[in-house]
Amino acid sequence: MTEPLTREPASRKPILQVRNLVKHFPLTRGILFKKEIGAVKAVDGISFDLYAGETLGIVGESGCGKSTVAKLLMNLEQATSGEVFYKGEDITRLSGRALKAVRRNIQMVFQDPYTSLNPRMTVGDIIGEPFDIHPEVAPKGDRRARVRELLDVVGLNPEYINRYPHQFSGGQRQRIGIARGLALNPEIIICDEPVSALDVSVQAQVVNLMEKLQDEFGLSYVFIAHDLSIVRHISDRVGVMYLGRMAEIGTDTEIYEHPTHPYTQALLSAVPVPDPQARERRERIILTGDVPSPANPPSGCRFRTRCWKAEERCAQETPLLAVPSVFAGSDSPAAHESACHFAAEKDVVGSASVDAA
Amino acid sequence: MPETTDSQSSATAVADAPAVAAAAPGLRKEGEKARSLRSDAWHDLSRKPMFYISGLLILFLIVISIWPGLIASGNPLSCDLAKSQMGPTSGHPFGFDTQGCDVYTRTVYGARASVSVGIFSTLGVAVLGSLLGGLAGFFGGWWDAVLSRISDIFFGIPILLGGVVFLSVVKGGTVTTVSVFMVLLGWPQIARIARGAVITAKQQDYVQAARALGASNTRMLLRHIAPNALAPIIVVATIALGTYISLEATLSFLGVGLKPPAVSWGIDISQASSQIRNAPHMLLWPAGALSLTVLAFIMLGDAVRDALDPKLR
Amino acid sequence: MTVTDERTGAAAPVSTTPLLEVRDLHVEFHTRDGVARAVNGVDYSVNAGETLAVLGESGSGKSVTAQTIMGILDMPPGRITQGEILFHGQDMLTMSAEQRRKIRGRKIAMIFQDALSSLNPVLSVGYQLGEMFRVHQGMSRKQARAKSIELMDRVRIPAAKERIGDYPHQFSGGMRQRIMIAMALALEPELIIADEPTTALDVTVQAQVMDLLAELQREYNMGLILITHDLGVVADVADKIAVMYAGRIVETSPVHDIYARPAHPYTKGLLRSIPRLDQKGQELYAIKGLPPNLTRIPGGCAFHPRCPMAQDVCATDVPLLHPVGAERGSACHFWKETIGD
Repeated sequence: MTEPLTREPASRKPILQVRNLVKHFPLTRGILFKKEIGAVKAVDGISFDLYAGETLGIVGESGCGKSTVAKLLMNLEQATSGEVFYKGEDITRLSGRALKAVRRNIQMVFQDPYTSLNPRMTVGDIIGEPFDIHPEVAPKGDRRARVRELLDVVGLNPEYINRYPHQFSGGQRQRIGIARGLALNPEIIICDEPVSALDVSVQAQVVNLMEKLQDEFGLSYVFIAHDLSIVRHISDRVGVMYLGRMAEIGTDTEIYEHPTHPYTQALLSAVPVPDPQARERRERIILTGDVPSPANPPSGCRFRTRCWKAEERCAQETPLLAVPSVFAGSDSPAAHESACHFAAEKDVVGSASVDAA
Repeated sequence: MPETTDSQSSATAVADAPAVAAAAPGLRKEGEKARSLRSDAWHDLSRKPMFYISGLLILFLIVISIWPGLIASGNPLSCDLAKSQMGPTSGHPFGFDTQGCDVYTRTVYGARASVSVGIFSTLGVAVLGSLLGGLAGFFGGWWDAVLSRISDIFFGIPILLGGVVFLSVVKGGTVTTVSVFMVLLGWPQIARIARGAVITAKQQDYVQAARALGASNTRMLLRHIAPNALAPIIVVATIALGTYISLEATLSFLGVGLKPPAVSWGIDISQASSQIRNAPHMLLWPAGALSLTVLAFIMLGDAVRDALDPKLR
Repeated sequence: MTVTDERTGAAAPVSTTPLLEVRDLHVEFHTRDGVARAVNGVDYSVNAGETLAVLGESGSGKSVTAQTIMGILDMPPGRITQGEILFHGQDMLTMSAEQRRKIRGRKIAMIFQDALSSLNPVLSVGYQLGEMFRVHQGMSRKQARAKSIELMDRVRIPAAKERIGDYPHQFSGGMRQRIMIAMALALEPELIIADEPTTALDVTVQAQVMDLLAELQREYNMGLILITHDLGVVADVADKIAVMYAGRIVETSPVHDIYARPAHPYTKGLLRSIPRLDQKGQELYAIKGLPPNLTRIPGGCAFHPRCPMAQDVCATDVPLLHPVGAERGSACHFWKETIGD
């Protein structure tokens, strides 16, 4: 953080490229001699780019695989297949020293501020641990001062350095987690639901902090969440995941105002809007049924079992994530990548409910 | 890192500060300082009368097993057959046993065998069990599978039968042989607890966070997992200590544990049991001492469990 | 206390008696760090067919109030120090345990956030549903089974007949929450208390469950107390709303007014902190500071350390719930200024 990072968000250079990423968790039977009887297809072929200085939001419901994507990007899980290129190098195959070096540049903020901090360590030890692991980042005598600096950067009193995590509230703990993520001066931070465990009044504080840090240090975020309004606020681009696949990806305006995938449309219409006036006005798509099990996903399009547009073709043919042919060449905001055979616009959000309140 | 001259940053800092400052004064004064979980546990323990009662008892037992001469001036092995089964007399408040030995002296000296078998067995079991179980939990895979099966086999051995067989094959009848036997049969209990505790700790986000930072296995185990997996092991080990003491007495009673000339409550109880009608005092004192000791350790275990149980925290 | 008694006497006409009325309820917990004052004088009421949303963050006392109404508060460490809970005008806190037991489940039912831990994992769903009828209505096994299937149909669980023997873990989160609703509805209660019923569910499933709950409520003309932290859910279903902060009600209002013109700075702050489209790229409005620790609630107005409008008086005087127009109240010394700008 000593060198000023003034990367332009507009410089369209991917810093992270994800290609056909797959993670299957084998289901086994037997005690000593394990036999594979199937697999949970948590992530099943995901591709996207993250550009320097931008925030890519990833939304989806539980079980869609978004948290697994975070773990794969962090190399906390071994990918079954596919690649993650960081500055042109595939990091899924790295180990040992090379992996450790990459980890300096890609860090993570966890969802649960209560379990992501070791209860037996002081705040100073937690934020200072990155320097113990990567001693080259900060000389030994300097570390305490660096930790205090980091506490100040995330808006905590540096005097708290000797306290234990349980002496802090959820929002403060999340700031501690963010400070730990910042310690190594990374370029990318993967945020796995960083505010969903926090109280409403504290969420906004943490979102503001993350935006401020992004500007200050030129960070790129992958921001995984299920709260669509917060994702919209913070993201430059948004990807919508369903059952291990990417359903639709585009800029925030493209996704929120011109969604072409039926799942995105249903998801947006289901979000409760904090405006009682909208109760009567808005048209909601109430999906039937639940998300199918990722151990036994439907053939073809994953969403077809809950989709009102589904036809025979959807069961036979897996729709690819691409700009739909109907919009090809058009410069309308609907012309963005959407994995649907029958992609079409449907104004579900409506201007009224979006800028409600 | 650039100085945070940014107004927003200092605003947030200020915003948080009063709330915390306001939160702190209500805590007891030491709350101003850092409170570790260990001091929290101590805080809990220090308010339990059960902890003090059992703690004092155990302290007393440890002291007299190291220096029995402090309260018993006689020699437990100097016996006078002429005094066989005599009741209490002056200077010999508990009377004499069949051999004419002073029951008081023997009861005091018997503590050493019980306490040392208890402590050595527990230490051995805790070290071996948490090492094997902890590594199995951390690394998983075939090592875990093999270890789990082996511990299942050991669990299947009836402890008394095992004791009779093992100790009659391995002749000795010393504190060491009895302790070794207990460790051999006792480790799977701690191994299971340790394995479970390590697996739970391993899945915590803070361990993932350490991995994401590039921490080595050793670091994750020692710095993050072990401190958090220790509590249940300590609890189970403390409670197990009491059971090892009573097991030693049982084995000695059956004649396969400690053997004369060792002095043990089990041996004394065994010798007294046939004479219960003629000289009940011979049985009463060693049996009472044994019960009290076991009770003290179980009470301590209970208190420690209440203080360390993470579910109550 | 005498004042309260007089009020009870005055509320004699049956027609105006609300279904449930909570009056000046105080609940505290004895913890190792001192006495946590979870509920500090809560008043609210709900009528048949009405939905009252109780909105608050964690630690606001919204769930503790509900548990006290249900009589499922753990005592100790909890302790009710003051107040009345009137069901059809009768104080439940002074009833015998037997009387309360008869109301609980039969007249007032509760739906919890976590359906998986609220259902017994070793009993089949059909057994647990049927148990309600067998125990409370003395039905035979066969009758109870038929009733259970009917109920599962009501909450739109597909293939109810085949699934009645299944165990809770065999159902998805949304289906389990439906089963919870079915159990709550089994005895056709007059009041349902739903504590964050959809928080653990996905957005698309959340909408299904909320719709179902609202529909059944209309059909049975039940009172519904919906406890939530989600301003969106409230706007979708509530008739009136009570906002809680640090164990007190800070604002109460019909649902339409509160979103348009909040009368308490806390409510206002919550509404403003929701990300809006025109704020994209800007800083979000954030209420400063943190919710208070319940063992050390600030004096005066509990919100004053976080309040942008706080004056000296706020640190010393506890604001009463000032009437703000029809059926509205705000516990703020400066409610006029709050609602005005």
